[in-house]
Amino acid sequence: MVDKQRVDEATGTKTVGHEWDGIEELDTPMPRWWLWTLYATIFWALIYVVLYPAWPMVNSATEGVLGWSSRGDYEKAVAMRETELEPIRQALVNTDIHDLPNDPELLNNAIQGGRSAFKVHCVQCHGSGAAGSKGYPNLNDDEWLWGGDMAAIEYTLVHGIRNPDHPETRFSLMPAFGRDGILQPSEIEDLVSYVRVISGREKESGSATRGAGLFETNCAVCHGSDAKGDRTQGAPDLTDAINLYGLDRASINDTITNSRNGVMPRWGHRLDAATIRMLAAYVHSLGGGEDAPGEQEVASEEAATETSEDEQS
Amino acid sequence: MDTLLLKAGGWLAVVFIAFIAMVLAADAGFAVHMAIIALAAGITLWVTINKADYAAIGRGILKAPTDPGIYDDDPIRWGVIATIFWGIAGLTVGLIIALQLAFPVLNLNNEFTTFGRLRPLHTSAVIFAFGGNALIATSYYVVQRTCRARLAFPDLARFVFWGYQLFIVLAATGYLMGVTQSKEYAEPEWYVDLWLTIVWLCYAAVFIGTIVRRSEPHIYVANWFYLSFILTIAMLHVVNGLSMPVSLLGSKSYAAFAGVQDALTQWWYGHNAVGFFLTAGFLAMMYYFVPKQAERPVYSYRLSIIHFWSLIFLYIWAGPHHLHYTALPDWAQTLGMVFSVVLWMPSWGGMINGLMTLNGAWDKIRTDPIIRMMVLALAFYGMSTFEGPMMSIKAVNSLSHYTDWTVGHVHSGALGWNGMITFACLYYLVPRLWGKQRLYSLRMVNWHFWLATLGIVLYAASMWVAGIMQGLMWREYGDDGYLVYAFSEVVTAMLPMYLIRATGGLLYLAGAIVLVYNVWMTIAGRQRDEKPMTETPHNEALDKPIVGKPAVAPAE
Repeated sequence: MVDKQRVDEATGTKTVGHEWDGIEELDTPMPRWWLWTLYATIFWALIYVVLYPAWPMVNSATEGVLGWSSRGDYEKAVAMRETELEPIRQALVNTDIHDLPNDPELLNNAIQGGRSAFKVHCVQCHGSGAAGSKGYPNLNDDEWLWGGDMAAIEYTLVHGIRNPDHPETRFSLMPAFGRDGILQPSEIEDLVSYVRVISGREKESGSATRGAGLFETNCAVCHGSDAKGDRTQGAPDLTDAINLYGLDRASINDTITNSRNGVMPRWGHRLDAATIRMLAAYVHSLGGGEDAPGEQEVASEEAATETSEDEQS
Repeated sequence: MDTLLLKAGGWLAVVFIAFIAMVLAADAGFAVHMAIIALAAGITLWVTINKADYAAIGRGILKAPTDPGIYDDDPIRWGVIATIFWGIAGLTVGLIIALQLAFPVLNLNNEFTTFGRLRPLHTSAVIFAFGGNALIATSYYVVQRTCRARLAFPDLARFVFWGYQLFIVLAATGYLMGVTQSKEYAEPEWYVDLWLTIVWLCYAAVFIGTIVRRSEPHIYVANWFYLSFILTIAMLHVVNGLSMPVSLLGSKSYAAFAGVQDALTQWWYGHNAVGFFLTAGFLAMMYYFVPKQAERPVYSYRLSIIHFWSLIFLYIWAGPHHLHYTALPDWAQTLGMVFSVVLWMPSWGGMINGLMTLNGAWDKIRTDPIIRMMVLALAFYGMSTFEGPMMSIKAVNSLSHYTDWTVGHVHSGALGWNGMITFACLYYLVPRLWGKQRLYSLRMVNWHFWLATLGIVLYAASMWVAGIMQGLMWREYGDDGYLVYAFSEVVTAMLPMYLIRATGGLLYLAGAIVLVYNVWMTIAGRQRDEKPMTETPHNEALDKPIVGKPAVAPAE
């Protein structure tokens, strides 16, 4: 074998002397940089396994000289954040929700926290910009089904909407006028015309006039004679251009025929009180937040300006 | 005659058993699979009892030369065709799922075409169907030539080829029907696993048998790598596949391991599928085809020994780095990371030995597009085997884990290394296997090279950006100390990157289609009329002695 050794002309290196199907091998030494880098990684590895948990023993593994553990690391990071947040959380829970607008710094903290929590818990339905979609309300406008002051928003968050297993939930049921045979299809068509007239979508017509009469007998009890809705039972205002399920004839017809009765989960048992308050403050800050009903008469001009400034920041 | 009767009887029994299993099947997926098996056994039965010379018919279809009795090349020719066929299929499905990520409507609102079912179809098609066929075919080619021996057990070698195709068909149809054991890269259910085990042991028998029959005193380094690949894959596949079927007549089974043990077993398997299938196996290809194409000796025998043993020793421990920051105990995570980092140089040993083999033939990168492909493959091999250890470091992993960076890393390895080295080997093999003087077109190899290179660059770069962007957005806190982005906002931000990635995939597929045409025309015996890749200049006017002047000026 050694007798087959030769010196390769191009590189001036000896071959090993083996040959397979014309392939020979050079006897080049291993590149030094390669070898030393290999040694360096091994050296580093030996140090690392002493510093960090590494060797499995009978009952547990070596803990490492540094005493580091991924769970410990995590707990430390969480604890650090908790100590930072705790005063804010405490202050939020201890402050009466009606007084929150009077503490701009706390309010701002609540809004920032609420924005973050919203992105985890609420965007799935209301969208990442809180603009909602069909069947899921837009939270940026001032159209509220159940009330738009901070306390009302918080109540909705805690108790949810139409949670059948929860007595305090926001609850109302619109009858399925068509499906349950309360109204004839032609009557529903007339009601559709009327709703579209009062919301400015259609011109007056005979059908709409007939619908007005039907509205008075069937709908006004909840939506009001002026069709402006009733927040105590989540009955929407029908006179504006906002409709959760669409304002075209087919959508309104579907709503009257089958009814909708949308649901929102309650968060009272899933999130802590501070996070819920943060969410309420954030949703309230989005653009359509209202003052508490009692405050409207006594609300000073300054308080109103202050709130709107906070919203912008 | 007795053997024929025995064989035919055996296949008939398989047909009956599969048919009965189909009728009694507990679920539709199992029934379809049993029907496929009954059909395959029926065809084998027909071929067994029929007197026709199917080998000759096969040669006719493939326009293959008749066996000159030197090396057993028929199964290699089939393997080359199968490699190309599954390659196109796998790349196409890859492009489809890349587009599904950009345009979810392409899921077609239909269970059979959702991303979740097509994704394993893509990964298995490119790794096991394209890569696996390439490995089996080249190993048959290389082991015969470097041992100077014909394949041991020629019938078994053919059984391995067809058995492996049946495995691919069962796996692929299973994914579409939702038959899966939900282990990444090991999705096929228990009965398909059993079938693959049988096929794989036969493959090991053929390969080892040929080495035993060698007429060379030593075993060439390529064969060490092939052998480590075959043996380790057998071990990985069996252990990770251990499971208990719910019923012998149904497709569902439960894994032998549970919880974090199952996860660790899975990634011990998954990482070494990368290590021994996509690294060791393809290094074996490299160790034969690069020196052959470059016509140069291998750079360093000593390096090949050290990097081989260190590579196979270290790789097997590195799997836990797939489970950083999970329920896996810290000590196992540490060891996974440490072994991965030490693996860096042993991996690079292969790249050095491949690239430096071109010492004395570097000009071929300019003149030989096949060498150019091999060099690109080795360069991407080097890049991804640096990137891998880097990503296994926990601090890096805390950013990269679960992001598209991982996807970019895998594809720079898969498209750059595995794909390109395979294409180069196919271009080397086709003219030799079909007895042609040269490929239909060397210039089209060059087109393929540039289409694929551009595709890989777009793919890898967009996924690096996407992955790091994802990682940073997920962990970004605002000044007030709260997370800034919703998950859906991160998804929205990915769209441009997904479009660039799909474009890269399209280019890569286009390159592979150029290969199909080139191979097709080569087999058809055509040669494209084209300017050669290099022309050494020849000046006729100067090609004569200078008359009247002495060659050397006389000394005064």
